[in-house]
Amino acid sequence: MTSSTLARSTADGVAVRARGLTLSYDGRRVVDHLDLDVPAGRITVVVGPNGCGKSTLLRGLSRLLRPTEGSVHLASDGARDDVWSLRPREFARRVALLPQSPPVPEGISVVDLVGRGRHPHHTLVRRWSGADDEAVARAMRATGTLELAERPVDELSGGQRQRVWIALTLAQETDVVLLDEPTTYLDLAHQVDVLDLLRGLNRSRGTTVVMVLHDLNLAARYADHVVALRDGRLVGSGAPADLVDEEFVAQVFGLGSRVIADPVTGSPLVVPTSTHHQSGPAP
Amino acid sequence: MTADLLTHAGARAGARDVTAVDSVDVAHVVRARRRPARRVRLVVATLAVVALAAVLVRVLLGDYVVALTDLLPILRGETLPDVPGASFIVMEAKLPRALLGLLAGLAFGASGAMFQTTLRNPLASPDIIGISLGASAAAVIALTFLDAQGLWLPAAALVGAVAVCLIMYAVGRGATFAGQRMVLVGIGVAALLSSVIQLVMTRTSIQDAQAALVWLTGSLARATWPVIGLLSVATVVLAPLLAACARWMRLAELGDDLSTTLGAPAGRARLGLVVAVALAAVATSATGPIAFVAFLAGPTARRLCGGRPSLWAAALVGAVVVVLSDFAGDYLIPDVNLPVGVVTGALGAPLMLAVVVTAGRAGKA
Ligand SMILES: Nc1ncnc2c1ncn2[C@@H]1O[C@H](COP(=O)(O)OP(=O)(O)OP(=O)(O)O)[C@@H](O)[C@H]1O
Ligand SMILES: [Mg+2]
Repeated sequence: MTSSTLARSTADGVAVRARGLTLSYDGRRVVDHLDLDVPAGRITVVVGPNGCGKSTLLRGLSRLLRPTEGSVHLASDGARDDVWSLRPREFARRVALLPQSPPVPEGISVVDLVGRGRHPHHTLVRRWSGADDEAVARAMRATGTLELAERPVDELSGGQRQRVWIALTLAQETDVVLLDEPTTYLDLAHQVDVLDLLRGLNRSRGTTVVMVLHDLNLAARYADHVVALRDGRLVGSGAPADLVDEEFVAQVFGLGSRVIADPVTGSPLVVPTSTHHQSGPAP
Repeated sequence: MTADLLTHAGARAGARDVTAVDSVDVAHVVRARRRPARRVRLVVATLAVVALAAVLVRVLLGDYVVALTDLLPILRGETLPDVPGASFIVMEAKLPRALLGLLAGLAFGASGAMFQTTLRNPLASPDIIGISLGASAAAVIALTFLDAQGLWLPAAALVGAVAVCLIMYAVGRGATFAGQRMVLVGIGVAALLSSVIQLVMTRTSIQDAQAALVWLTGSLARATWPVIGLLSVATVVLAPLLAACARWMRLAELGDDLSTTLGAPAGRARLGLVVAVALAAVATSATGPIAFVAFLAGPTARRLCGGRPSLWAAALVGAVVVVLSDFAGDYLIPDVNLPVGVVTGALGAPLMLAVVVTAGRAGKA
């Protein structure tokens, strides 16, 4: 099975749409007039060099940063909602974000941490219920963290901890899940682990996944749709098989490379040729 | 398939159907969730009993021992023919002190824990970040330069505490790393206020300096029924608000980003801080700053509860510590009445070391 045969027909719609999205910190523009369509029910991977604005883009999509220009809309059932028109809790029932390395509350147990993901489903009068226990159980089963339920999170290994954080985002039960570098600090086996988990979730639940990945080869293997940024601008988007080639790698990362077919999955495999960064985009 | 090439246990997790839910799993989750909650409830109940016992000890024992059987008649306002002075001593001295200690301890403990948990920083407690010193400075200034007396002094203290809070709120508003900034600014403000107090003290008369001392060390000596009444009303109003804010506090622990995307913007958790500040300010205006209570109640309660913060447990730890320290200050050294703040200050330093050392050992990672 390759990721291209798994990809669904292009007929299904757009889950998140950004138009002219401009994001700044203290007046300094970091994401610049970005147009982006996140395909619904697919895995979109955002790639680009350090500091190009990937995390900032996710912050813009998840309402953590108000755009200085442009808009972000959520689509479902034909309706389109400006994300800033939704109430915080309402938005939180539709989009989940896993930040790059959130702080672990001291002494918290795994089950307690995962349970925090249920907050958007509660109100002042409707607190914890059986439905919450079910959602937590489902999320923990899917991430293989049930066995860890009573362990304190600060005693877990990096890989176990990452699965717990993902369980929290799953417990939120949203249609869209955004993840900022879910594989950092993980060894290769755990990286594949986490990405398989996300793909399983995407395939069985139809969850729209948007994640930032640094490893271009893993991005090409797991993405249905790749979005490449450089200096806060979109430099390319599309299916990895169509998009990722030598010219693309040079343009996005300024790196000379050979791109061959991955012997296992057939997806593009990038092999760097030069050890030095070239100074800017290749001609 | 990569998943099959790797003999990693969790690698196949992604292949499972994630929409199904197993009742065995749900039962497991429920069990895992309830066990620590039960421990917290047990600790809170035990602490409540201990706090009540501490109040009884404070009221009944000491230089003038009152029999437990005499207490109820005294509270009912009956005069006891065989112990004529008992009623006066209990109603005008011992009971007000015990109750003021209880209320102030509850307030300091809860507000300290709220600060520390919300700002995710053990240094973030009202006595470290200048809120108590704001109260002290204002009271000392009012005493020295305005000749304030009576209830005007607590009022001035309240204004001082609230002023410091407003400064910190202004600094934290809308900023990234707001929590860190608030703590750092608070420590700076605290240092500044200490020197303001020193300066004022050099200008003051001996008599005023004696009176000002109360506002620097914290004492239950001014326990009167009107003060207790005001403090009880404030506690009764603020406690439910604090409890309502506690769930935002639990999200704030996850950091500003995650708590915002979970539907509780960071500003909302800071609303809980406003309530906590009000509690600390009111308590400080009644007793002066009682060293280390707000700072240590949270970590101590956390240790008792098996690692998780609990506002109720922290409040009760604060109450027990204040009431018993006041008792010890009165009778530990014969003929010397130490203000409660001196006792907690002396106890606090070693206790703080103990907390730091055991915390270091627990968090081996
Ligand atoms: N909170 C902030 N305040 C000011 N500038 C920021 C802030 N966060 C990021 N930046 C700046 O915005 C730019 C883009 O940062 P961003 O974190 O989005 O990059 P990134 O693509 O995620 O990088 P990386 O691959 O290193 O994670 C950088 O120049 C960074 O310095
Ligand atoms: Mg980043």
